[in-house]
This record gives sequence, structure tokens and C-alpha cells, in this order.
Amino acid sequence: MKKLLLSVNGVRHSFSGNPEMPLLWYLRDTLQLIGTKYGCGKGLCGACTVLINGEATRSCITSMKSVAGKKIVTIEGLSQAGDHPLQKAWQECNVPQCGYCQSGQLMQAAALLKAKPKPTDAEIDEAMQGNICRCGTYQRIRQGIKLAAGVKS
Amino acid sequence: MSGVVRVSRRGFLKASFSVGALILCARFMPGQALETLAAADMWQPGVYLGIEPDGTVIIVAHRSEMGTGIRTALPMVAADELDADWRRVRVEQALGDPKYGDQNTDGSKSIRDFYEPLRRAGATARLMLERSAAAVWGVPVVQCRAHNHQVVNSDGRILGFGELVTSAARQRLPGMAELRFKTSAECRYVGHGVAIVDLGDICTGKAIYGIDARLPGMLYASIERSPVLGGTLKSYDGKETRTIKGVRRTVLLEAARPPYGFQALGGIAVLADNSWAAMEGRRKLKVTWEAGPNSDYDSETFRKSLLATVRQPQKVVRNIGDVEAAFARGGTIHEAEYYVPHLAHATMEPPAALAEYHNGIVTIWTATQNPQAVQETVAKALGIDKSSVRCHVTLLGGGFGRKSKADYAAEAALLSKKVGKPVQVTWSREDDIRHDYYHSVAAMYLKAAIDDKGRPTAWLQRCAFPPISSTFDVSATYGGDGELAQGWLDVPFPIPNLRAENGPARAHVRIGWFRSVANIYHAFAVQSFIDELAAAAGRDRIEYFLDLLGPPRSIDFPAEGTKNPNYGKPLDQYPWETGRLRRVVELVAEKSGWATRKPQKGRALGFAAHRSFLSYIAVVVDLRMDEQGRISIPRVDVAVDVGRVIHPERVRAQFEGAAVFGASLALMGEITAAKGSIQQSNFHDYPLARISEAPFETHVHILPSDAAPTGVGEPGVPPMAPAICNALFAITGTRIRRLPINKTTLT
Repeated sequence: MKKLLLSVNGVRHSFSGNPEMPLLWYLRDTLQLIGTKYGCGKGLCGACTVLINGEATRSCITSMKSVAGKKIVTIEGLSQAGDHPLQKAWQECNVPQCGYCQSGQLMQAAALLKAKPKPTDAEIDEAMQGNICRCGTYQRIRQGIKLAAGVKS
Repeated sequence: MSGVVRVSRRGFLKASFSVGALILCARFMPGQALETLAAADMWQPGVYLGIEPDGTVIIVAHRSEMGTGIRTALPMVAADELDADWRRVRVEQALGDPKYGDQNTDGSKSIRDFYEPLRRAGATARLMLERSAAAVWGVPVVQCRAHNHQVVNSDGRILGFGELVTSAARQRLPGMAELRFKTSAECRYVGHGVAIVDLGDICTGKAIYGIDARLPGMLYASIERSPVLGGTLKSYDGKETRTIKGVRRTVLLEAARPPYGFQALGGIAVLADNSWAAMEGRRKLKVTWEAGPNSDYDSETFRKSLLATVRQPQKVVRNIGDVEAAFARGGTIHEAEYYVPHLAHATMEPPAALAEYHNGIVTIWTATQNPQAVQETVAKALGIDKSSVRCHVTLLGGGFGRKSKADYAAEAALLSKKVGKPVQVTWSREDDIRHDYYHSVAAMYLKAAIDDKGRPTAWLQRCAFPPISSTFDVSATYGGDGELAQGWLDVPFPIPNLRAENGPARAHVRIGWFRSVANIYHAFAVQSFIDELAAAAGRDRIEYFLDLLGPPRSIDFPAEGTKNPNYGKPLDQYPWETGRLRRVVELVAEKSGWATRKPQKGRALGFAAHRSFLSYIAVVVDLRMDEQGRISIPRVDVAVDVGRVIHPERVRAQFEGAAVFGASLALMGEITAAKGSIQQSNFHDYPLARISEAPFETHVHILPSDAAPTGVGEPGVPPMAPAICNALFAITGTRIRRLPINKTTLT
């Protein structure tokens, strides 16, 4: 079977399974990177968000064949020591409640800050619109992003 | 990496206490003293606290963490009374076991029920440490005070908690009267709070939920279930399924028979080496179902039948004065009908459980609110004793009542037994939306006779909804005492003629508890109707509400002959005090700037206030509607009296979240059935409030109180829908009596 190469959190992996399999299940079931979550399987909730070549992407609808040769970063690889400015801000603001969606929220927010280091409220809402939080931590997510970005609330 | 997520077969409770640890157990039976325990088999029933010889304090969290912070807050209570250094406290999650007492984490009652026992456990351990230090030093105990993980002698000498463990364990157990409790001013954690224990793990992706549990050699299962509750399998063909790489086998799970309770629903399970193969294999199944007796369930027809029910006289559940005579006297009559549809919990983590059956013993790792129900359900499903079911509780990716039911754990256990391997069942989002234990659909009818000031002289209210008890008893059609006491028969206004009624309704889906439960539809009707009466009288809503509420009083339900279960608590301990509701109403009016707010085009405030789970909540919603009819919520003010507050920051978080949860169901929440099948399936057709739709900011105002702690997780939800609809009426003049709001065209 044809092998497919990809990098996950800086580690090279080769994959020879079904090329149609979504990246989410490769991360969770094969690599045991369980920080990336299943929420809907349809790209509707953002819980499975990872960075693919720096872009926030829904891993539940992204096939393995489409990530050949790509660099993937998951929550486990967002920072070496869990000290990404967003991870620090999330703790400072006590953002999480149940915490399940927060990996996806953090990855989405990380991509936002890469693209827009000083986002406005409207830009935050637009970027985070695809990430559902059933506990309703949105105002603290916004607060956390602004703290990490050094933007006044 | 795999080592990180592999679950130890001994489970999450990694640390048994080492030999020599001081172990204390809080008993929950009122009036009983604490006991020092010599052996593990005597640890019952209750929460326990231990100190290792190295000084590590271990506190067992026996309630489930679904986002409220309870796994932190309760251990924090014990740690504070112990005067432990929180950094040297390790929280261990308890397995399901009746020895802990009640573990069903629902009803907003963890702090209410366990604050005192944990305080006592901490205070007892502290006193024993102080006494043992006094003995070591040969000084009077008054000279010895525990402080920050040490006992300090007034002469300057110090002994660490760890050094005192052996001698403390030999101390006589102090009686309740000997205990000294910290004053509020002395508390370092209670009333202040600490970061939740899982915060770092959550932010780095290391936190383990039910869906994340892993065992070597496990199979992943996806289950096809009857689209109509109670449907039976006519035929299935799994040939194509088995062509999917990674699929190991299909397994038929016997269909459950009513009452469904927590039983596994039954269906065809596809087991595979990974989640995706299981899902793909399941998609290839060719299945035909016989729909069965619920195939006539149609939401629109049912709505009409519920409304027809509440238009007719029904069973009286509260009666004061003579409503009929008052109506017969004529005057102005105001009537309204309200309707709230089914709702699905839609926890971000769908139901998931990992089970391993081995030699008559089942070990489960699952996100459950109720590990003892898992034990009972799995034991029944497999025909074994519940002591043979070990249930490890992971973190829960949301609960909201869904995960108090154990059906998914039973599925995993049945499959593991059948295939002889560990099996993890994960519900897809579609499974979750289509096979939930739904929040009940409900219809309400209200009628009032009005005097010349617009005040009601007679008030009649009728409701009908398929009750939760129908899930456990197919003949049940009337609301249970608990449901009716959730904002229906405890309406607080001293109206001279008042009658509450409840009519029958048959369930066609599994009905279950959903964050704040029957309060949602009852508060929607009552708090909307009050606003309607105030509007009809041309009076300020809050002024009118307070006028109706009258002078502060405790409602004497027994004297009026009304049965009010009061959330399982005696009314003399937790009375319904209208003065407490008044104070939060006054507070929210002040904080929201209610009185000084100038009318604006397309923007208005809406108000509602409601007592639930023994807590008093008042809400003002600042609502904006643009010319296209799009709604946004710039601000919510919530004033709460929840008694003594243990963890203010988490309390605020719960009310912030409840404002979003309540806004979501009000604006867009609806589950419907056609021919018995649920018509929604995922977040595109069962939307939840997203960041731009949720309240932009919620300000939580906590009324300082020394009263016993009351509920926090749920009571923020009920006032949201009526407050939003009341604001919408102020903007548009359109009265929303049917949820969700997006059913109504507003422009």
C-alpha cells in the first residue's frame, strides 16, 4: 500500500491506511493524541481544530490523503511547556468549564493571533464563530484572546 | 505518546493510601459523628480525606466534574478547614461505590449536600493534628495551631502535617461539639477560590474524558439504533460492512422493552480497530426497521393536543381561594398560552464509555454523572451483581443531565462481554441528537382576572408535559411532584384566588432531566405572563413584579395544603422566602441601570426573576434587534442569592454559562419528531448559540449571604428565555409565547 508522509507536532509519521480516513481519527486512535476532540464529524463545531501548515482546519472532515506532506500541529504541540500566550491567558482568565471544546478553541485562537496579532472584538467573533462551547465560556474566550494579544478589554 | 493516554487497569485512583496514612471519613447521616478509620473496608459511607506521611493531603472527589468546578470546590472546603497548603493537596476521583453516599451529580446539590460534611472532615483532621502536636511537645493544645500544612507552637516550634500523621491517627476522634470551624475571615480558600485542578491539563490537551479512555486491544464500536423509539429490527445485512478495512465484526444488541429506563436501546453494533472504520462500516449496513407504536409521534399534532389539554380543567395541584367564583365576578380577564418544544442536551462530548468484561467482572471508564447508576444498569444488563461492576469516572465533556443516564455504559459492557475484548462505544453527534433523553415538550395556559390597578385578583395556571417518570413507568402521564414544584405550584405571588393544575401527556421518546428541568417551561410561562399583565396595566415591569410579590414572607405551603417537595429539602430549613427574591430583583435593577435606561430604537431591557434549586435569581437582559430582525445580546445582568459562596469565580462562571445556555434554547433550541423519528441530527439543524449569538458579556452580582449554600449549576437558566422575550416585546410589541424565538418572524 502506498505510504503517505506527514509531520505531526514536529515528528515525521508515515501512514499506510485508508487515505479517506479523516485526520481526526488518525490523531486520536493511531497516534493517541487525544487532545483533539470529536464533536460533530461534519466541521460544524470546531472541537477537532488543528493547524495544518499554520491554518486552523477541522480535522474531522480532512482526509489523510489531503494532508500528505503537510505539517500538523495539535494542542499537544501548541507549545513545548504548555506556555503559549493563549494557554497562559486561558489559565489566567479561568476560561474552561468542562474543557472539552477548549483544545479546538485554543487552536482556532492561535491561528487568529498569527493572522491578526491585535484582533478587535468583531474579528474575534468572526474567527471563533465556528467553535461551539456548550458550557458558554465565550466571553472568557474573548477575554483570553485579548489578554494573550495584549489588547485592552 | 501512547503512554500518556493509556488508562491504568487500576484506574484513575492511582494512589491507594500508604500504610501509616491518617484517614478520615465524613459520615453523612445527620447527627452522626465522624470516625477515624483503621481499615479500608470501613470507609463508608462518605467522602474521605487522608494525609500521607510525606505530608501529601489526598482528598477524594466523589462527585463528577462536568464543568461546574465541583472536583475542585469540595476538596477545597476540606483543605481549608484542615488549613492545608492547597499545593500539597492531591484530588483523587472516586470510583462508583455506594460507600461514598450519593454520587449522582445532578440537581445542583453537591455543595448543598456536601459542604458541611467536608468542613467537618477538615476540622476534625486539624484538631487531631493539633492535639497530637501538643502531645509530642507536652504543651496544652491551645498553644498549638494548624497553619498552612504545619502545626505551629506559640513558642515558635513547628511540626509538619506529615510528621504528625502516625500520632494523629492514634488520637481519639473528637466529637462534633469539640470542633472549631474557621470564621469566614479565617478562610483562605472558601469564599476566595483556587484554580480548578484540571485547568492545566485542559489547556494542554491532556485532560481525559470518557471518549479518551484507551486500553490495549480495545475495539471501537458504533451502533445503529431504531430511528423510532421502540422500533424493532426487521432485517439487516452486514456483508458490505465487513468489507471495510478495520471492521472486525457486527454484533446484534437485543432491543430494549419499555419502560426504557437506563437500558441499552439495542441495535446493530459495528466493532472495528478504529473509530472511523466502525462509523464507515455502520454506514454500509443495510437495515430495515419496523417503526412500532411511537411511529405516530408528530410534533405539530402533539403540540395541538397539549394545548387542547391545557384549555380544559385538569388535576388541581394547588388551590387558594376560589378562582372560578372570582372569574365569574367578571372584570378584565387576561389569558395566554405558551409552548416550549423538546430540547436535546448536545454535550460537546457525546456519550461514550469503555468497558472491559473479564471473568464476571466489568470495569468501565466513562463520563458519567452517576457512577452508581452505571453499576446498577450494567449489572442488570449482564445479570451480575453490581459489586462486580467497577466504574471509573473520567472528566465529562458536558453533562446537563444527559450523563446521569447509564445506557451507553450498558452498551459497552454488553459488547465487551460478547466479543471478549475491551470495547469503547462512542455515540456520533447524530446518535446523540436522535436518541437523547429529551427535555420534555410542554404547554402552559394562564388566565388572570385583573383589578383596576392591573393586579390579578384571580390566577389560574395549567400545564401539560410528558413527565420524566414516563421513562421508568410507561403508564405515567402526569407531572411528578418534583417537576411541579419547579416553578409551577410554588409561584410566589400572594394572589387571593390561585389555582395550579396539571394535565396528562403521553411520552413517545425517552424524557430526561435537562439543566434546570421543568423550571425552563414553567418560568417561561409565568415570567412572560407577569410581563404581559404589567404591560396591560402600563406599569414598569420591575415595580409591578415587586408590588405583586408583596411584603417579605415565607410561603407556608403546608398551611395552604400544597405539597412542595422543595428540591428534596425541608421547607423549615430552606424556606421559600419572597424577601430574598425581592433583594435580588432590587440588586439586578440597580446594577443594570434599569430605572435610568432611556428607550432606544431596536434596543430594550427585559426582566425575569425565578427561584429554583433553592436559589434566588433575577436577570435583566439588554437586547438589540436590527432592522432585519437579527437579535444580539450586548449584556446580561444576573443577581443571585445562592447562600454562602464557596468558590465565587466558579459561581460566576456557572451563571455566565447559564446565560448562554438559556439564550441558546430561547433563540434557537428545538427538537421535533415526524412519524416518530427525530428530525434534527447535528449542529446545522439543532444549532447552539455561537460566540456572536451568545450574550456578549454577563455580569454576575452575588448577594453576600451567610445562609446555607444552595444550587448554582442550574438556576441561571430558567429566567433567560422569559427575560429575552420580555425585552423583545419591549422592542417590537410582539409577544413570543412559543419557543424558540426563531419560529416567529419579527419584522
